[in-house]
Amino acid sequence: MSDGDGNSNDGDGPGDDIVLAELDDEALVAQMHDDLYDGLGDEIFEGTNLLLGRGWGPQRVLDEALVEGMRIVGIDFRDGILFVPEVLLAANAMKAGMSVLRPLLAETGAEPIGTVVIGTVKGDIPDIGKNLVAMMMEGAGFEVFDLGVNTDVDEFFAALDKHKPDILGMSALLTTTMPYMKVVIDTLKERGRRDDYIVMVGGAPLNEEFAMAVGADAYCRDAAIAAATAASLVSARRLAS
Amino acid sequence: MNRRPLIIACGALAGDLRAVLGPDSPVEVEYLPANLHNRPERIVPALRARLAAALAEGRRVFVGYADCGTGGALDLLLGELPGVDRLPGAHCYEFFAGSERFAAMHDAEPGTFYLTDYLARHFDALVWHGLGLDRHPELRDEYFRNYRRVVHLAQRDDDNIRRLAAAAADRLGLDFETHGTGYGAFAAAIEGIAATSECST
Repeated sequence: MSDGDGNSNDGDGPGDDIVLAELDDEALVAQMHDDLYDGLGDEIFEGTNLLLGRGWGPQRVLDEALVEGMRIVGIDFRDGILFVPEVLLAANAMKAGMSVLRPLLAETGAEPIGTVVIGTVKGDIPDIGKNLVAMMMEGAGFEVFDLGVNTDVDEFFAALDKHKPDILGMSALLTTTMPYMKVVIDTLKERGRRDDYIVMVGGAPLNEEFAMAVGADAYCRDAAIAAATAASLVSARRLAS
Repeated sequence: MNRRPLIIACGALAGDLRAVLGPDSPVEVEYLPANLHNRPERIVPALRARLAAALAEGRRVFVGYADCGTGGALDLLLGELPGVDRLPGAHCYEFFAGSERFAAMHDAEPGTFYLTDYLARHFDALVWHGLGLDRHPELRDEYFRNYRRVVHLAQRDDDNIRRLAAAAADRLGLDFETHGTGYGAFAAAIEGIAATSECST
């Protein structure tokens, strides 16, 4: 995947002449994918409103225009075509669309497909990846409670008690803070609550082996995979119960 | 056949290795690109082939990396290669400052961005450009909003490097502190390799 195909919003290029309102639905959605890729928040805001104005439901706009666009961004990040700054800009563009859709989605009264409590663990403060995961999970239909950074075990448990989530997500960027994930999971075990939650972990220095070693249910290497894995695990758990 | 001991090290440690080993060291050093600092998942694959080639020659090899963000993957690799050790700790900040001191520093303020002398001198290339802030300076506050300070761990008593570190903190919009560390556990590990080679020659 590259951003060259049909992308017409590259600064002084011909894309400056594109009028989103003149595109049919299919072309507009494709253009929004390109605009997300290029981190163009104003265009995403406009495109989102255009699709809503044409009678699209907020869930369809979210799924087909925004989440699908971010999925493409995620693939190219994974493959080393895009880098963190570009992903951040894309995420900011998605937020512009979400600012329009969030209240409309709430109005529909649709039940979230699950609830997530997520935080960066104690001693660690980078949150870019965690924020992307939270956003993609929200986009996938989860209600997400983001505890922020430097989250200790008591804060995790307070949030678990309050929100009763399906999923506990933990993030770490530092090798030195990764072991704190095990502290939280071990505390869940000690309190007899480990099986109450699906535990997902992620962060740059983590890997599958580490996740299994600390007793997590899943390691996710990027935000798109995290959202898909979360949906799959919640679905499987509900079928099993 | 080359039987000199070999250190395969992060390029960010080149100046420090030269300083500790001195000009006539029997130890040979090879470097991997310093910008792997920003892509730690590439460190182990880059090391694997170099280590295999050196060990095939029967050389004593030491790895001039700490865990360095590999999340234990480096230790897994070295577990397959008996006799090959690495620098102690999680990263260069720790082996320069010392584990206890670094832990105390980090506990006091988790929102600390660390610079070694090397990172202070190459802040533009490795941090500013590395994070894409040259192209998107508007992302600075997004990257660093949870940080409160820059701590410069100074290997050398050098006013010029201190000024560069302070300027880096200023560009990031963070408070600045400098702490002299010398070479800490790094020197002990490297001197150990050098001493071993002297005994065997």
